[in-house]
Amino acid sequence: MSTPYAKLPAWADYGLIPLINLSVAFIVAGFVVMLVGENPFRAAVILVEGAFGKGTGIAFTLFYATTFIFTGLSVAVAAHCGLFNIGTEGQAYIAGLGIAIVCLSFDSTLPWWLTFPLAIVASALVGALWALIPAYLQAKRGSHIVITTIMFNFIAASIMVYLLVGPLKPAGSQAPQTRNFLAGAELPKLNWIIELFGAKIRSAPLNICFLLALVMAFLVWLLIWRTKLGYEMRTYGHSPKAARYAGISETRIIITAMMISGALAGMMALNPVMGDQHNVAIDFVSGAGFVGIAVALMGRLHPVGIVLAAILFGMLYQGGAELAFEMPAISRDMIVIIQGLVILFAGALEHMFRPYIQALFASFSPKSVGMQAINGKGA
Amino acid sequence: MDIFNAIIQVLDSTIRLSVPLLLACLAGLYSERAGIFDIGLEGKMLVGAFAGAAAASVFHSALIGLGMAILISVAFALVHGFASITHRGNQIVSGVAINFIAAGSTIILGQAWFQQGGRTPALQPGERFEAITWPGADAIRDVPIIGPIYAELLSGHSILVYFAFAMVPFTWWVLFRTRFGLRLRAVGENPAAVDTAGISVAWLRYRALICTGILTGFAGAYLSMVQNGGFVKDMTAGKGYIALAALIFAKWKPVNAMFACLLFGFLDAASIRLQGTPLPIVGKVSVQFMQALPYVLTVILLAGFIGKAIPPRAGGVPYVKER
Repeated sequence: MSTPYAKLPAWADYGLIPLINLSVAFIVAGFVVMLVGENPFRAAVILVEGAFGKGTGIAFTLFYATTFIFTGLSVAVAAHCGLFNIGTEGQAYIAGLGIAIVCLSFDSTLPWWLTFPLAIVASALVGALWALIPAYLQAKRGSHIVITTIMFNFIAASIMVYLLVGPLKPAGSQAPQTRNFLAGAELPKLNWIIELFGAKIRSAPLNICFLLALVMAFLVWLLIWRTKLGYEMRTYGHSPKAARYAGISETRIIITAMMISGALAGMMALNPVMGDQHNVAIDFVSGAGFVGIAVALMGRLHPVGIVLAAILFGMLYQGGAELAFEMPAISRDMIVIIQGLVILFAGALEHMFRPYIQALFASFSPKSVGMQAINGKGA
Repeated sequence: MDIFNAIIQVLDSTIRLSVPLLLACLAGLYSERAGIFDIGLEGKMLVGAFAGAAAASVFHSALIGLGMAILISVAFALVHGFASITHRGNQIVSGVAINFIAAGSTIILGQAWFQQGGRTPALQPGERFEAITWPGADAIRDVPIIGPIYAELLSGHSILVYFAFAMVPFTWWVLFRTRFGLRLRAVGENPAAVDTAGISVAWLRYRALICTGILTGFAGAYLSMVQNGGFVKDMTAGKGYIALAALIFAKWKPVNAMFACLLFGFLDAASIRLQGTPLPIVGKVSVQFMQALPYVLTVILLAGFIGKAIPPRAGGVPYVKER
C-alpha cells in the first residue's frame, strides 16, 4: 500500500486526523439527533453522565468495553495481515458453544479459577477453528475472506439456534438458552476496584474478563511489534508480493493470523456468558463483533488505541441506555448509527481531510510536510 | 392432485421470496461488474424499504413511495461511491458502514416519526402495490394443470414481481449489447484501458452505482410495500447478503443470477413449507439447516468445488490515475 499522500508530522497523523474524522462522525450523528427533534448537546451531556456519572455507570461502561477490546483486537490482528475479518461476530457466537460445553460439564465440580482457564482455552479454540476454514479457503483456494466470513456468520447463527432450541436447552424450558451455570462457572466481579475510589455500585457485571482483555491487548502489541511472526504478518499486510519474495509462506501467515483473530473473537464470549448472564442464550453477541470493526479502525489498529476506542464505545452503550430513558425518541440504536458513521469517516473516508490539512500545514511551514518530496513526485 | 397443489404453492412462494433477492442481486451485478464491491446491498435495501413505506403512508401513494425508496437508496449508493471512488477508501469498510447507518437510522427515524416501535403505519389499499390478475385467470382456474399454473403461478403477482423478472433480460442486454455495458464491464476488468480510451473511470463507476441504487430501491420497496404491508425494523434480515451469495453463485451473470435467486428462494419457501413435516429418505429436516444451506452452498462454490467463481479482476481496487 503506497500512500499517494505526503508525510505529516506524527502527531498530526496519529492524533489530529483521527480526531477530525471522529468529530465529523459525531457532528453528523448530532444532525440525526436534531432530525429526531432533540437537542444534540443535551443528549451528549446525558450520555456522558450516564456512562461516567455514577460508579454503576462506570462499571457498566468498562463491562461493555471489555467485550469491544476483544473484538477490536480480533479485527486488528487480521487487518495487520491485510485480511478483513468480518466474521468476528460468528466466531464469538460459536465460541459460546465451547464455553457452554466446559461450563456445563465442570461447573458443579470445579471452582471458578479452574473452570475459567479451561473456558478460555475452549473459547479461543472454537473461535480459531471457526476462522480456520475461511482462512484456508483464502490461502489455498483464493476465496475472498470477506465473503466467506460473512457466510460463516450466518452458518454459525444457524448452528447456534439449532443447538439452543434443541440439544442444549434443558428439558421443560421454553427459553432458547442453556441452563444457568452454577457457582463453579461464575466469574468474580471487579466492582470493588471502582468502589476503592469511593463510588457506590449497586450491581454491575464488570468482571475479571476486563483484566484478561488488557492482558490480551498487551500480548497483541507484543505479537505485532516485537515478534518475528508479527513482523511477517505486517509485511504480508503491507505487500503480499514483498512477503512472498522474502520467503514468507502465504498459507501459513494467513492461517495463523486468522486463527489468532478468531481466538480473540472467541474469548469475547467469556465476558457476557461467564461474567454476566451465566448461560449461553440466543444472540448473546448482539453485534459486538461488528462494533469491533469500528473499534479497530478508530484505534488505528494499535492496542492502546483499541482499548481507548473500546472504552468510548462502552460509554456509548452504557450512556445510550440512559439516554433512552431521558429521551424516548432516541433508543440504543443511535449507537448503531454512530458506529456506522465512525466506520465511514475513520475507515472508508480516512483520507478525506488529509489534503486540506496538508495544505494548511504547508502554508505554515513547507518543511513539515516535506514539500520537496511532493514536488519531486510531481503531484 | 394434493401434491400438485402443494408444489404449485411452494413454487408460487418461491417466486415471491426470490424477487427481493433477484432485484438486489442484479443491483450488485452492476456495481461489481464495474469493479466496486458492494457489501452495502443489505443497507440500501433497508433504507429503500423504510423510505418507501414511510412515504407511501404519508402521501397515500404507492408510486411516491417507490420513488422515495429509489431516491434514498441511490443517495446511499452515492455515499458509497463518494467514499470508494472519489476518496479511494476501502470499499468493504464503506459498505459495512452503510449497513450500520441504514440499520440504525431506519429504527431511530421510524420511532421518532411514527411512534410504533420502529414500524411504519400499516399501508392501506392504494398505498401498496396490488396483485395484478391476468385476463381470464379466474375463468381458467378450474382447468386441471394449466389452470393453477396460469392463475396461481403466473397471474396474481404485483407489478414489481414482473418488473424484477423483466430486469433479467434487460440487464443482460444492457451489459452485453450496449456501449455502456461494454465499458462498464471493461472498467471492472481493466480500468486503465478504459481510462486510456478517454472515458472517465470515476463517472462510469458512479453510473454503475446509481443503477445499483435504483434496483436496491425497488428491492426495498418490494419488501415493505408488497411482501409486507409496512416497514418492520431489520426487515431485510440478511437478504442483502444472500443476494451477494447468489451473485457469486451466478458467477456475475444476469441469467444465472435469476436461477441462483430462484434456487435460494425455493430453499426458503421449502423450509417454510416443510417445517416439522418429515421427508422420505432423509427424515425431518431442521429449519436452521435449510436456512444455512444458501450460505453453505456459496462457501462450497467459492472453494472451487462446483466450478470456479472468478470475480471481475479490478473488483475492490480503487483506481488511481497515474500522475
